[in-house]
Amino acid sequence: MLALLIAALLAGGLLAWMAGRVKPLYARLVSLASLAAAAALWAVTFALNISSLGKGQFISGFKAAWIPQIGVNIHFAADGLSMAFVALTIVLGVVAVFSSWSEIEERTGFFHFNLMWVLAGVAGVFLSFDMFLFYFFWEMMLIPMYFLIAVWGHEKKTYASIKFFIFTQASGLLMLMSILALFYFHGRATGNFTFDYFTLLADKAKPYFGAGTAFIVMLGFFTAFAVKLPAFPFHSWLPDAHTEAPTAGSIVLAGLLLKTGGYGLIRFVLPFFPDASARFAPVALALGVAGVLYGAVLAFAQQDLKRLIADTSISHMGFVLIGIYALNPVALNGAFIEMIAHGISTGMLFFIAGTLAGRVGTRDMSRMSKAANGLPLWSVMPRLGSVGIIFALASMGLPGTGNFVGEFLALLGAFASSPVIAITGSLGLIAATAYSLRMIRKAFFEGSKPTEPAGVRITDFNAREAAVSAVMILAIVWLGVYPQPVINTAGPVLARLIPTSASAAPGRQAGYIPGGGAVQPCHNFTKCSLKTTPSGFAAVFGKGTKWAPGN
Amino acid sequence: MENLFFLIPALPILGFIALALFGRRMSAGAIRTMGVGSIGFSLLCALASAGQFLNAFQAGRPWVQTLWQWFAVPGLAVSVSLKLDSLSLIMALVVVFVSFLIHVYSAWYMDGDEEYGRFFAWMNLFTGAMLTLVLAGDILLLYLGWEGVGLCSYLLIGFWYKEPANARAAIKAFIVTRVGDTAFLIGLFLIALKTGTLDIAQASTSIGAMKASGLPTLIAMLLLGGAVGKSAQLPLQTWLPDAMAGPTPVSALIHAATMVTAGVYLIARMNAFFVLSPVAMEAVAAIGALTLFLAAVSALFQTDIKRMLAYSTMSQIGYMFLGLGVGAWSASLFHFMTHAFFKALLFMSAGVIIKAMHEEHDIFKIRKKLLSGTAFPVPPIAFWSFLTGGAALAALPFITSGAYSKDMIISGAWTSGHVWVWALALAGSFLTGLYTFRVFFTVFAGTGQSVYSFGGKRNLLVLIPLAVLSVFSVVAGYIKSNIIPFLGMVLPAVAPVKGEPFIVYIAPMLLPLIGIALAWLLYSPRAKATALKAWAEAAPLSGFFLRGWDFDRLYDFLIIRPYKFAGRLIQTDPVDLIYSLIAVISGLFHFVLGTSQTGKIRLYAALIGIGTAIIITWAVLF
Repeated sequence: MLALLIAALLAGGLLAWMAGRVKPLYARLVSLASLAAAAALWAVTFALNISSLGKGQFISGFKAAWIPQIGVNIHFAADGLSMAFVALTIVLGVVAVFSSWSEIEERTGFFHFNLMWVLAGVAGVFLSFDMFLFYFFWEMMLIPMYFLIAVWGHEKKTYASIKFFIFTQASGLLMLMSILALFYFHGRATGNFTFDYFTLLADKAKPYFGAGTAFIVMLGFFTAFAVKLPAFPFHSWLPDAHTEAPTAGSIVLAGLLLKTGGYGLIRFVLPFFPDASARFAPVALALGVAGVLYGAVLAFAQQDLKRLIADTSISHMGFVLIGIYALNPVALNGAFIEMIAHGISTGMLFFIAGTLAGRVGTRDMSRMSKAANGLPLWSVMPRLGSVGIIFALASMGLPGTGNFVGEFLALLGAFASSPVIAITGSLGLIAATAYSLRMIRKAFFEGSKPTEPAGVRITDFNAREAAVSAVMILAIVWLGVYPQPVINTAGPVLARLIPTSASAAPGRQAGYIPGGGAVQPCHNFTKCSLKTTPSGFAAVFGKGTKWAPGN
Repeated sequence: MENLFFLIPALPILGFIALALFGRRMSAGAIRTMGVGSIGFSLLCALASAGQFLNAFQAGRPWVQTLWQWFAVPGLAVSVSLKLDSLSLIMALVVVFVSFLIHVYSAWYMDGDEEYGRFFAWMNLFTGAMLTLVLAGDILLLYLGWEGVGLCSYLLIGFWYKEPANARAAIKAFIVTRVGDTAFLIGLFLIALKTGTLDIAQASTSIGAMKASGLPTLIAMLLLGGAVGKSAQLPLQTWLPDAMAGPTPVSALIHAATMVTAGVYLIARMNAFFVLSPVAMEAVAAIGALTLFLAAVSALFQTDIKRMLAYSTMSQIGYMFLGLGVGAWSASLFHFMTHAFFKALLFMSAGVIIKAMHEEHDIFKIRKKLLSGTAFPVPPIAFWSFLTGGAALAALPFITSGAYSKDMIISGAWTSGHVWVWALALAGSFLTGLYTFRVFFTVFAGTGQSVYSFGGKRNLLVLIPLAVLSVFSVVAGYIKSNIIPFLGMVLPAVAPVKGEPFIVYIAPMLLPLIGIALAWLLYSPRAKATALKAWAEAAPLSGFFLRGWDFDRLYDFLIIRPYKFAGRLIQTDPVDLIYSLIAVISGLFHFVLGTSQTGKIRLYAALIGIGTAIIITWAVLF
């Protein structure tokens, strides 16, 4: 089933390419059909395994030998976490196809081929349980994404696409080295050379490398995922790539590619390196807060609507990083919900930005009203404006939207680990208010001069766009007022992936950050009780802090 | 009704959804019916609930209704649950009743506006959010309502978005209150972490069982942070005067009667945390006392009738905070109720005048227009209801409701031993009489019968709300002996530590009269003390007071400019420079190595020679 799901997207891409040669419309329809097939496969898989998913168990999927000589298998599997992200992939895939309906007129078939293959790569990342296969899909999503930006992008598309490629490729190589290190050390210790995720994880009990090595290997993974997330200070590829990409590209980038970073941290870094993660947590938390605030201030200063939205992603992903490295189930659930909600809300903001820019012919917010003879855009496109306001409000974490649940839980969990981090992170909510309201005002409510509406030719959302928006509004509100089904799907998995307190007990390893402390992983939230390990800031900026990995 | 009182907030929300989806295609009549009707049915539900609640009344047993599980993660479960007890019942009744009357009034006030539907949609949403806030049994649900009303406040202040100043005022209101909300949120984190629940009743019980006093103080102070933001108290009060940019019904509903008193409700609802912390209680009293005085002084210098009312709202909420802080809990809530009636009345009667004057707000210009007859006809009810509301605001003893509630608070300040707080409250009493009647005399004094007439369309929509609220502004005071014990079933009572001598008893009754008398001397058409008035208005500090003690300038200098500067500083993302540098260095190598590829054999030979020489030298030397 799971392999078929990926195959459906891959085949859909090829068919769309061919269909696009006949008529652009066919490429769109074929893409939608393959997404529908994927959705059906997802639904059937989910329905058949609903009880085991609820218990946090894996759905065993397709498994076949690929390169048996070095223990590489094609192994697809899924648990609640994977299933949730695959669902997001399919939904945003549909939005991406609709967003490019009237935007992409050139080489439509090839465009949809790339789009479908990115989606297939992303789905592969979420479903692969062989490290080699994971890396394969990790790289596979890059190349079609590169083409999406480089071919259909805006003014600075070449610069942006190369920058995107180099950042992710370079960090991907670090991860490859880490994967090989895992493979090698595990094989040397156990005699079983394999890339199988479950085997590698299960043998963790008899540690196959020392704490110092583990820390370095962990950093390789962390860097790759932190670049993708992106975490401060690895974020600078993001505004360029998001701004220059075509609308569908921005939706997939912000909604899905960033999530692979968070997914990787949860799926690999936390369970493989519990001790190293606990040691590293103060730094990661500090980077998270830095991202929250830096991204928010950056967003506040932008004139370009798409760049503004891109910068808000840096801020939101800071919350995700905080949620992951608070190392307790409350915060981790928060990070998870935040990722899903951010996929929907920011995906939709890019949808709006794209449709808006397509209508008014500029992304510069202060020049948008020119297309409406100087009238505020709200007065000529109230439907587009309403949808824009709703998702901008989601972006600032208003209660009633999924983003609030995510940010609330992430910060609440972080408060148990480090109050300083949580309080500083909360300031991001005020900053988010500032950039969201500024965006609403500049894009929709500000006109240059009060001219008569006569002769305004721009149109409001059509039925197709309105329908997409309506579904996505329902989704974000549902996540905001009743996220329990989503939490139930992934929650048991998340609880299992948190480092257990026993393995991170002090004394098992020496400190890697002299003068700093580790975040204590904590499973029973109310008993986490603020036994304050030195805060992230002390760990990072503390006097005499030096990196001394190895032991 | 016990299982149906969720309809009280649900009906306005349904009204919002219907209007938001179909408002553009509905006729004005349909919008009016829908917008007012949803609140009307909600009011009926509230009245039915109240009737049953009072009938089956057993020692304050609250009604609790859990609608669904919001979310549950290991260690914390939050449910969407509503709770009806005497406190939330009174609040909900006042909110939905005043909201209904203001909706009726809005049907007239906003008639002909090009976005009639949007206005009613947002007003419905506001009412739904406010009722959710009031009826929430879980602090996080309360927070949802809390942010919801903030959102509607923002949307409605900026309703007439074509005026850039309105949009600025709207954003300011939202951001300033969000500062307080963030403190509130951090308070929630602490409550959840320390008590393991966000259910108000459970959290209150378990905090009461804790011996430590530091924690309740910390939580109470954080909650207070949220309360001062929403209720426009020091130091987050600056947004309220600017919020008057919204249409007048909005000012009446949101920025006078209901939303701005949410802070008072929050403190009352979370009283278990405050009574454990004497420090927090003193802070509440001090903030209330200072705000009421500062705002009263500022109100005295306003020329814009709505800004005067805004400062007076701030000042009256200061009284409520003061009352909470000195332990006069029920009196504060009673003052909330009377204030909701008379302040909504004042705003609506001011709105009638403003609309007749073609959106003129300046009291001196209004008078001129009124006398010269260059305005729409003003119905006489505007005069009478402004007088009634003004008298209640000034707390004219015995006959107005404001006197009953406010005097209870002032005497509470004295009997609990807060002498300087009491003194500020008395000074405020005097100032309230003075500033209210300064405006009244300036606008109305000496205008003959002739300027008033009853023309215009749909006047019943004005007449009924104003008449009803005028009656309530007077009679609400007489139910004091019923309502105080009723509220006292949920709210703590504090035993007096000091007796009340006659002078203390009589002072709050006399001072408003002195204030009104002084206003007559200064501002009546036949004013005697013109010299004093001229001095007051030319006083060097008058501009300072007019601008609300220049808090705006302070915050602009301390926060807004540095923030914008930081934004400009990193606008092009300095972190990217590091990566650009790497790119530049790579480019440099590219250039150097690329230019060396000249294709000239002589150059290559020379380079090979030099290279060989270097290698040989290296080998020999090392």
